Amino acid sequence: MLGKTAGGLYWMFRFLERAENVARLIEAGFRIALTRSTDPESEWKSVIVTSAAQPAYEAKHVGYDSSQVVEFLLRDADNPSSVLSVIKSARDNARLVRTALTSEVWSAVNETWMLLKDVLSQPIPETDLPEVLATIRHQSALVRGALHGTMMRNDAYDFCQLGTLIERADSTLRIIDVKYYALLPSPSLVGSRIDNVQWETILRSVSAYRSYRSAVDDGYTPAGVARYLILDRRMPRSLAFCASMIKDSLSLLSEKYQEERPSFEMACALDARLLGRDIGAIFDEGLHEFSGSMQNDIAALGFQIEQDYRFNK
Amino acid sequence: MTIKQNFFNEMQSGEGVRYPYAAYQEWFACQDNDRLARKSQEAEAFFRRTGITFNVYGQSDAEERLIPFDLVPRIMSEREWTKLSKGIDQRVRAINAFLHDIYNRQEILRAGILPIELVAQNDAFLPQMLDFSPPGNVYTHIVGTDIVRTGEDDFFVLEDNARTPSGVSYMLENRETMLQMFPELFGRIKVQRVSDYPKNLRASLEASAPANCEGRPCVVVLTPGVYNSAYYEHSFLADQMGVELVEGHDLRVVDGRIAMRTTCGYKVIDVIYRRVDDEYLDPLTFNPDSFLGVPGIMDVYRAGNITIANAPGTGVADDKAIYSYMPAIIEFYTGEKALLKNVETYRCSEPESLKYVLDNLADLVVKEVHGSGGYGMLVGPAATKAEISEFAKKLKARPANYIAQPTLSLSAVPIFSELGLAPRHVDLRPFALVSPRGVDITPGGLTRVALSEGSLVVNSSQGGGTKDTWVLES
Repeated sequence: MLGKTAGGLYWMFRFLERAENVARLIEAGFRIALTRSTDPESEWKSVIVTSAAQPAYEAKHVGYDSSQVVEFLLRDADNPSSVLSVIKSARDNARLVRTALTSEVWSAVNETWMLLKDVLSQPIPETDLPEVLATIRHQSALVRGALHGTMMRNDAYDFCQLGTLIERADSTLRIIDVKYYALLPSPSLVGSRIDNVQWETILRSVSAYRSYRSAVDDGYTPAGVARYLILDRRMPRSLAFCASMIKDSLSLLSEKYQEERPSFEMACALDARLLGRDIGAIFDEGLHEFSGSMQNDIAALGFQIEQDYRFNK
Repeated sequence: MTIKQNFFNEMQSGEGVRYPYAAYQEWFACQDNDRLARKSQEAEAFFRRTGITFNVYGQSDAEERLIPFDLVPRIMSEREWTKLSKGIDQRVRAINAFLHDIYNRQEILRAGILPIELVAQNDAFLPQMLDFSPPGNVYTHIVGTDIVRTGEDDFFVLEDNARTPSGVSYMLENRETMLQMFPELFGRIKVQRVSDYPKNLRASLEASAPANCEGRPCVVVLTPGVYNSAYYEHSFLADQMGVELVEGHDLRVVDGRIAMRTTCGYKVIDVIYRRVDDEYLDPLTFNPDSFLGVPGIMDVYRAGNITIANAPGTGVADDKAIYSYMPAIIEFYTGEKALLKNVETYRCSEPESLKYVLDNLADLVVKEVHGSGGYGMLVGPAATKAEISEFAKKLKARPANYIAQPTLSLSAVPIFSELGLAPRHVDLRPFALVSPRGVDITPGGLTRVALSEGSLVVNSSQGGGTKDTWVLES
């Protein structure tokens, strides 16, 4: 497979995952701002920070008015991480690697782009927002379903998986990074209303608000939520899940190419750092420090994958 | 259909339906117009979703356009097709012999059949190709001969398109669309298949690999990139052949061979089906600013270590002044009379012809000798007086840059319109594959149709559409 094609598949699925994550952040922010928050502006600000769009946002806007933030995150062409921008980037990459995709995957991405380009051509009134966000989720599911249902399990599939998982790990880490203070076990705040709101936001941002209840017995505690997000391998957006799947994909590539490359070793180290780990030890290390160093490791791993598989040179 | 019929209607002649259309007409008569209109919309949605689009230069990528597809097929009998394909076969063989000759012994020039300046002063003539024979002596691996019809037995070649003919993806997708929309039709009427084209293309390219190639030749398609107007076709052909679609920056010279950057390092390739123009192929040899090509590829080529399809420098044969000599060229290399007619062509470089052309501009079509795509031409009967006098100035300033032809009364085939069937003018581009093993012509080709009433311009860049083209089984 061409190095360029591997890179195109990887980025196509990073962008698709990003679109879904941004939509999920908006959804959580919208719900919290609407129902729970006494300070919606700060809620929206943390959404902007989490989506890594603060500099671009503040270059354009003053204050964190809800409709302004939603507009910026959904359809602003100046925001490279807006849903519209990333869907376009995903589709551009898909065109580039079209020969490596099944026609189902290509049609799903192309249709997604055509549909969202149309849906997002006008400002979205608040009343339509839930429907628009649902459309984004449906389309993501459509593309992912086409990927899993129709693609051969060859190297192309592995690069699609790697893009998805690297992006997802990065996104979960950013959520933790922005909200780490809410996850710290501070005796004075335990059980207070503020904490519960923050935990709900966090869990909703990874679509795990409901699953948490059935998966975790000890109720909403900082350690419980943090453990769920970081270490629980059952949860498809947890760090541990992503790390182990990244390792698996790179292991499959090593098998296919009959050669282990440096990125595989890095992925193994990352996975080992999370396997059998106790959340208390991570708190001792410092949650903020932990999420910061993990973010660096994920970025370094992404970079190493690009090198190992000759995306660019 | 009561509009004046001063043209040949391929479906209706006089009172009756022409033979190749008889079974179709029978089927069509039983169809409900609303259902057909719905089918037509479905087809458009399918083309959009599949991304069968072309980009319009100078516009943002939001401007990916569809080429309108008309659901009435253009139908030819086996007999008509056999006659045509024999003529095309003869013509592409002659063109390959001609290209080999002008880049080597130049006997046609020595014999005084072709004026030397037509070759020497031709922008498409590449001195870098002199005294060199490409693998298997094939220059034009893929040819898309443009053919027009004016009567029952009157076919003319309009252009040879020996350089990089496009449109074959539409030939294939149009058939696919028709099969999806009207499966019952193909049960009733036996139509010759076109779907083997990608397989045949790959086999033909593999057969043209350099002699020193070991094992199964590695073929790739080279595209200028996603912003090229025909990118869809490039990715479609690579996909259908099951080969890699590469851009210049994926390739480099490694140990005297061309290699592509893969996830496992550089891999040697043997045959490049390139859709990049000559000028951009090698910045070390041609345009130094090109990022689309591969630095050093011409050295590898001349050393016999890569096949470039079509060969650089084949554009000479597309020149419209050379075209005017094509009957003589065919006779020179094949010893036979040309089976397909040329359109009568006035070379404006010749004073007598120029005078005739200037006196008769209102009745003629005038074209630039290097032009294509329907740009820079004058269609006399459709032009205003001001346009004609403006064009006359250009013509007088550079007469050798132009040729003129009588306005042909192109045949018409009906399109499906809100009012039912309506005749529109068409041309035909069959696709021929040439390899050392021989010539292979896919039955049918791409029919382009001028969608507005009376129009003779079928180019997709100027509002033309396409039709599925059927050759009936005998």
